[in-house]
Amino acid sequence: MKNNERIIESLLFLSAITALVIVSMILIFLLKEGGPFLLRTGISDFILGMKWNPDPVAGEPAYGIFPMIVGSVYIATGSLIFAVPLGVSCAVFLVEVAPIWVQSVIRRGIELLVGIPSVVLGFFGLVLLVPLIREYFGGYGFSILAGSIILGIMALPHIISISADAIAAVPNAHKEASYALGATRWHTIWNVTLPSAKSGIIAAVILGMGNSIGETMAVLMVAGNSTVLPEPIIDVLDPVMTMTANIVIGMNYATGEYQEALFATGIILFLMIVILNGISYHMLRSGKIIQ
Amino acid sequence: MINIAGHHRILSHDTINKIATLILWASAAVTISFLVYIIGFIIIKGIGVINISFLLESPRMSGAEGGIFNAIVGTLCLVAIAIITAVPIGVGAAIFLIEYATDNPVTRMITFGVECLAGIPSIVIGLFGYAFLVVYLGLGFSILSGGLSLMFMILPWTVRASEEAIKTVPMELKEGSLALGATKWQTIVQIVLPEALPGITTGVILGTGKAIGETAVIMYTAGSSLLLPHSISDPVRALPYHLYILVSEGISEDMAYGSAVVLLVMILIINVMAIGIQKMCNRRRK
Repeated sequence: MKNNERIIESLLFLSAITALVIVSMILIFLLKEGGPFLLRTGISDFILGMKWNPDPVAGEPAYGIFPMIVGSVYIATGSLIFAVPLGVSCAVFLVEVAPIWVQSVIRRGIELLVGIPSVVLGFFGLVLLVPLIREYFGGYGFSILAGSIILGIMALPHIISISADAIAAVPNAHKEASYALGATRWHTIWNVTLPSAKSGIIAAVILGMGNSIGETMAVLMVAGNSTVLPEPIIDVLDPVMTMTANIVIGMNYATGEYQEALFATGIILFLMIVILNGISYHMLRSGKIIQ
Repeated sequence: MINIAGHHRILSHDTINKIATLILWASAAVTISFLVYIIGFIIIKGIGVINISFLLESPRMSGAEGGIFNAIVGTLCLVAIAIITAVPIGVGAAIFLIEYATDNPVTRMITFGVECLAGIPSIVIGLFGYAFLVVYLGLGFSILSGGLSLMFMILPWTVRASEEAIKTVPMELKEGSLALGATKWQTIVQIVLPEALPGITTGVILGTGKAIGETAVIMYTAGSSLLLPHSISDPVRALPYHLYILVSEGISEDMAYGSAVVLLVMILIINVMAIGIQKMCNRRRK
C-alpha cells in the first residue's frame, strides 16, 4: 500500500515536470539547430544586419533580421495602441459599471473572441481590411496598419481579462472611502481604482506585447511580408515582415544554412517572449493578482 | 461654467461622470460588435458553400473543387492525439501541484515551466516539433508528430484549468475521507477528481478549441497531405492549414470561406458545450 502511494506520487511528479522538460528541450533544440550558425555569423551581425537575402541567385547570402525585429515590435506596439485603451475601458466597464447580465454577455463574448482561430482572423483581414485600407488610405493594403488592427483584436480579450482581474483586486474599502468623500463614480475610477490597479494593467500590456510578437498566422496574411524597413520609417501603410512570418515562409523550402538561420530567428523570438512574459508574470505575482 | 469659488470648470462633475459612463458602455459595445461583425461576415459570405458534399467529399484539384472532408478528418486526428496525451499529464501535474507539492524552489521551477510553455509562440513550438519529433526521433510528417506538438501547446492550459478545478474542492470533503482511513491517493481518486470533473472537462473542451484552430504548430509537423490517413504515422492536412493554403496560393476564395465557417462552427459548438457544463455543475452545487 505504502509502496503504491510512492509510485503514484513519483508518476504525478513526472507529469508535473513535463512542461518544464518540454521548455528546456525547446531551448536545447533551438540552440542545437541555430546556435552554431549564430556564433558563426556573429550575434550582433544577425540581429542588427539590415539585409536578408538567404538564397541569392549569385554571391554570398545575407542574414540580417533587424528589419523583421522592427516589423514585429512595430506591429505589436501598434496593436497595443489600439487594444489597450479599448481593453482597459472595457475592463473598467466590466467590473465597475456593467449590470450582471451585461457582464455575462461580455465574458462569453471574450471567451469566443479568444477562440476564433488566428488563420480565420487573418483571412477576415485579408478579404475585408486590406482592400479597405488600400481604397481609403492608399498604398498596398498589406501593411503595418492592417497587422496592428488584426493583432489588436486578438490582444483585446487577454488585455480585458487580466485588467479586469487587476481592477477587481482593488480593495473595496479604498473605493468606498472615495465615495464617502463625495467623489463621483468616474472620479473614483480615475483617481483611486485605476492607480491601484496600475501594475496589473501594465503587466497585461507587457503580456499582450509578448503575445502579439509571437503571433504568426494572422500577421503573416495581412502584413505584406517585405524584408526591408518601411520608408520613411513612420509609414504605417508600408508592408513589413515579422520574425514569425519569416520562419513560416522560409521553412517551406529552406535547407542547410538557411534553415539554421530560421532556427536562429526562433532563438531570438524565444528570448524576447520569455523575457517579456517573465517581467509580466513577476509583476502579476508581486501584485497578488495571480497566486 | 464658472462657479462662485472661482473654480474654472467647463463641465460639472456630474456631466463628466455621465460622459465617462457613456464612453465605458461604448467601449464594451465596440468590443462585442467586433466579435459579432467578424463572425457574421464570415458566416454570411461562406454559408452558401456549405452542404453535405462540401463536408463529406474529398478535396479535388488541390481543394479548388470537392469538399473538405479529408482536412476535417486531419484536424480530428491531430486534436485527438493532443487531448489523449495532454489530459493525463495535465491532470497529473495539477494533482501534484495542489495536493502534494510544498512551496519550495522545485515547485516554483515547475510552475515557472508551465507559465513559460504557455507563452512560447506557436511557430517556435512548430520549429521544435519539426527538429525533435519529425527529424530527430524520425517520426516524419505525421499525425503523431503534429498531435504531440499540439499537446506541447495545450498542456499548460490543461494544467491551469485542472488546478483551478481541483482548488475548488472543499477541504472538509478531503479531510472527511482521510479521517475515515482512506489513503491520500484513494481520497484523490474517489473524492477530489469526481468533484473537480466538471471544471476539468470545461478546461479540456476549451483546450480542444485552441487545438482545432491552431495552424503554425502543425504546418511543419503534420505535413500537408490531402490523402486520408491510414495510421498515426501518416501525414495529414489540418483544416486551418487547408484554409491558409487555399488563400495564400489563391486556389479558391469560396472554398476558403466555407472552411472558415466550418472552423467557426466547431469553435462555437465547443464554447456552447463548455458553457453548458459550467451551468450544469453550478446548478448541482446549488
